Amino acid sequence: MAGTKNHDYHILPPDLIPFLATIGALTFTSGMVLYMHKMPGGHFVPWIGMALLLACLFQWFTKIVAEAHAGDHTPVVQLHQRYGMILFIASEVMFFLGWFWAFFDFSLFPSAISEVVGGQWPPKAIEAVMDPFDLPLLNTLILLCSGTTVTWAHHCLIHGDRKGLKTGLWLTIILGVLFSAIQAYEYAHAPFAFGTNTYGSAFYMATGFHGFHVIVGTIMLIVCLKRAYNGDFTPRQHFGFEAAAWYWHFVDVVWLFLFVAVYVWGGWGYAVH
Amino acid sequence: MANTVQDHGHAEDHGHDHDHKPAFFARWFMSTNHKDIGTLYLIFAIFAGMIGGAFSGMMRFELTEPGIQYLATFSHWFGVANPSFDEQLHLWNVLISAHGLIMVFFMVMPALIGGFGNWFVPLMIGAPDMAFPRMNNISFWLTVAGFCSLMASAFVPGGTGQGAGIGWTAYAPLSTSGSAGPAVDFAIFSLHLAGAASIMGAINFITTIFNMRAPGMTLHKMPLFVWSVLVTAFLLLLALPVLAAAITMLITDRNFGTTFFDAAGGGDPVLFQHLFWFFGHPEVYIMILPGFGIISQIISTHSNKPVFGYLGMAYAMVAIGVVGFVVWAHHMYTTGLSVNTKMYFTAATMVIAVPTGIKIFSWIATMWGGSLEFKSPLVWAMGFIFLFTVGGVTGVVLANGGIDDNMQDTYYVVGHFHYVLSLGAVTSLFAGFYYWFPKMSGKMHSEFLSYLHFAVFFVGVNLIFFPMHFLGLQGMPRRYPDYVEAYAHWNWVATLGYKIMAVSILIWIVNVIYAFIWGKKAADNYWGHGANTLEWTLSSPPPFHQFETLPVIDDNAHH
Repeated sequence: MAGTKNHDYHILPPDLIPFLATIGALTFTSGMVLYMHKMPGGHFVPWIGMALLLACLFQWFTKIVAEAHAGDHTPVVQLHQRYGMILFIASEVMFFLGWFWAFFDFSLFPSAISEVVGGQWPPKAIEAVMDPFDLPLLNTLILLCSGTTVTWAHHCLIHGDRKGLKTGLWLTIILGVLFSAIQAYEYAHAPFAFGTNTYGSAFYMATGFHGFHVIVGTIMLIVCLKRAYNGDFTPRQHFGFEAAAWYWHFVDVVWLFLFVAVYVWGGWGYAVH
Repeated sequence: MANTVQDHGHAEDHGHDHDHKPAFFARWFMSTNHKDIGTLYLIFAIFAGMIGGAFSGMMRFELTEPGIQYLATFSHWFGVANPSFDEQLHLWNVLISAHGLIMVFFMVMPALIGGFGNWFVPLMIGAPDMAFPRMNNISFWLTVAGFCSLMASAFVPGGTGQGAGIGWTAYAPLSTSGSAGPAVDFAIFSLHLAGAASIMGAINFITTIFNMRAPGMTLHKMPLFVWSVLVTAFLLLLALPVLAAAITMLITDRNFGTTFFDAAGGGDPVLFQHLFWFFGHPEVYIMILPGFGIISQIISTHSNKPVFGYLGMAYAMVAIGVVGFVVWAHHMYTTGLSVNTKMYFTAATMVIAVPTGIKIFSWIATMWGGSLEFKSPLVWAMGFIFLFTVGGVTGVVLANGGIDDNMQDTYYVVGHFHYVLSLGAVTSLFAGFYYWFPKMSGKMHSEFLSYLHFAVFFVGVNLIFFPMHFLGLQGMPRRYPDYVEAYAHWNWVATLGYKIMAVSILIWIVNVIYAFIWGKKAADNYWGHGANTLEWTLSSPPPFHQFETLPVIDDNAHH
C-alpha cells in the first residue's frame, strides 16, 4: 500500500540543515579568501561561516542520536552507517596519501637546484630536526595507549560495565588531549619554520592535518562520553561509539606512519634539537 | 541480463495519489527524496552546461579567424571597461579554465551521477530511496556552492587580469606565484566544495548499492547502469581526496609560505602534476563510466535482447576503474619522465583499450541479431558507440609516449578528449535523457524532434572536433586565442560546426517544452518488453515514495 512502509529502511522528512550547512561552508571558504587577501571582512566572515557550519553539524548529529532513540536505526540502517564510516575513513586514507606523496617526493629526491635544500634531506636550511626518540616517541606511546583504553571502554560497554566505559573514555580523551598539547609544545619549540622550504612544508602540513584529525577524534570521543553519562549505548547497539573508536584507530595508524617515515626515517642521522 | 522482475502482484498503486509531497520550499530546498534531488541535479547541470557551453561559444567565435577579434568585447561583459591587451589574453585563459571546470565538475558529473544516478540507481535496485537521504541533499547543495565560488572568481582580480586563468588542471606555478589575487583561491575552494559533495555522494551510492538491493538481486543480477555507478563511486571516493590534498597545497603555497611547488624552496611543480593526474585520470573514467551504463541499458532495451556478455561488461568496467588508477603519467610525457617510466605508462595505458574494446564489441554483439527498434535513445546510443570509438582510437595514438612528444598540447589532444567527452559523455547524456525523460516527467517527448536533434547535433559536433585532429597534426597549439594564417580554414569549419551544434541544443529545448505542454502521458513501460529493469514496473513519473513493499527478484531469471 502506498503510504505504508513495509521495509526497514529509514525514510527521512524534509530537512533544512544540509542547505544551511552549505551556506556555512560557502561563507567559510569565501571568508577565507577575504582573510588570505587581507580584504574587508576577512577577520570575521570565516568565523561566521565556521560557526554556522558547526551549529549545523551539531544539530545534524543531535538529530541522528534522536532518530536512534526513536528506533529508526534498524539493523540494516546500522549497516548503512558502518559502510558509510568505513568509506569515509577510506577517503581520509587517500587524503593522507597526498601528503605522504609530497613528503616522499621531497625526501627521496631532494632538489639539487634549490639553495635552501642543496640536494640533501633534511634540507641544508634545516639546522636540526626533532629528536624522534624524545617527545615524538612519547606521543607514539600515548596514542598507542589511547588505542588500548578505547578498546577497554568498548569491552566494558559490551559487557554492561557502564563505569568501566566511562573510565576508559575519560582516559582516552585525556590521552588525546595530552597528545595535542605535546604536539603544540613541539610546534612552538621546533628548530625549523613552517614555510620557505620543503621540510617545513611537508612536516607541518602532514603532522598538522594529523593533529586536526586527533582533535576531531577527541571531540567524537567527548560526545560519546557525554552520551555515556546520558545513559545512551546498549551492549547491542552503540554505533556512535564504534564509529568514534574506528576513527580513533585510523588516526593512530596515520601517526605510526608519520612517526616512522617523517620523524625517524626522515631525520635519520641528522643533528637533533 | 539477469534483471527480469518476478511479477508477484505487489501493489504499486499506479495512479493513486497517496503521495504526500511537501510544499514548494520544503520539497526543493530541504529535499530528502532521491528523485527530487536527481531532478535538482539535472536542472542545475543544464543551467551550468548552458554557461559552460556559452564560454566555449565565445572561444569558438574568437578562433573563427586569425587575430584577436572579440576578446575586448567579452571583457566588457565581465565588467572590465578598458581591458589592456594582456587583460584580454588573460580572459582567454579564464574562459578556457571556466569551460573545463564547469563542464567537468558542474555539468557532466552532476548530470550523470547526481541526476541519472540519483534517479535510477534506487529504482533499478528496488530501493525506496538512497541510504543517506540527508547527506544526498548536502551533496547537491555543496555542488551549487562550488559553482557559486567558481562564478565569483570570474569577477575578482586573478593576476594579469580578472578571473582565474589557470586551466582546469591548475598547474603550478601558474596557479601559485603566477596568479596573484583572490580569483584563483575562489576557484580552488570551488573544487574543495564540489569535491566534498562528490565524496559524500560516492559514499551514499556505494552504501546504497551494497545494502539496499531488492531481495534476490545479487550483484551479478544488477543492471549494468548500477554497476557503472558503483565503479564510478569507488573512483570518486579514492581519487578526489588526493585532489583535495593537492589543491590544499596550492592554497598554502599561495597564501601561507609553503614551498610544495616552489622550486626556490626545493618544491616540485611536477609533483602537482602527479597529484593532479592521479586524481585526473580516474576522473575521466568517472565522466564516462555512467555513460557506458546508460548505453548498455538502452542497447539492450531497443534490441529486445539481454546485453551480450553481461558479466564481461560489468567486469570490464571494474577493470577500467582499477587500471585507470595506474596510468596517470601519460598526461605528463613531456615533463622529463625517464624512458622506462614512459614505457610503463604507454603499455599500461594501452591495456585499457582491452576492457574498452570488450564493451564496444559487446554492444555491437547485443544489437547483432536483436529485434532493433530505432527509437530515439537507440539512435543516440549508436551515435555514442561511433563517436566514442573515434575518441578511443585517437586515445590509443596519444597513449604512445613517443608520439605524444610531438602531439602534446596540440589540437589533436583537444580533438581526442572532446570526442570522448563532448561527443561521448554528452551523447550518452542525451541518450539517457530521451530514454528516461518520460519516466521522470510522465510526458512523452517528440520522437521526430529527438531524431532531428540527433542529426543536427551529430553533424555539428563532428564539424567542430574532427578538423581539430588536422589542426593538431599541422602543429596548432592549444590554449591560444590567435594562430597563423595556415590554420584558418579548419578553424572556420569548426566554428561553423559550433553554430550547427547550437541549433541542435535549441531543438532539444523545443522538444522539452513540447513534451511538457503537448506531450502525451507516458505509460509505465513506454519502450515495451525490451525494457525489463525495475523502474519500468513503476508509474511514470514514479510515486513520491516507491517500493514501499520491496520487489522480489526471481531466482530463475534467465541470463
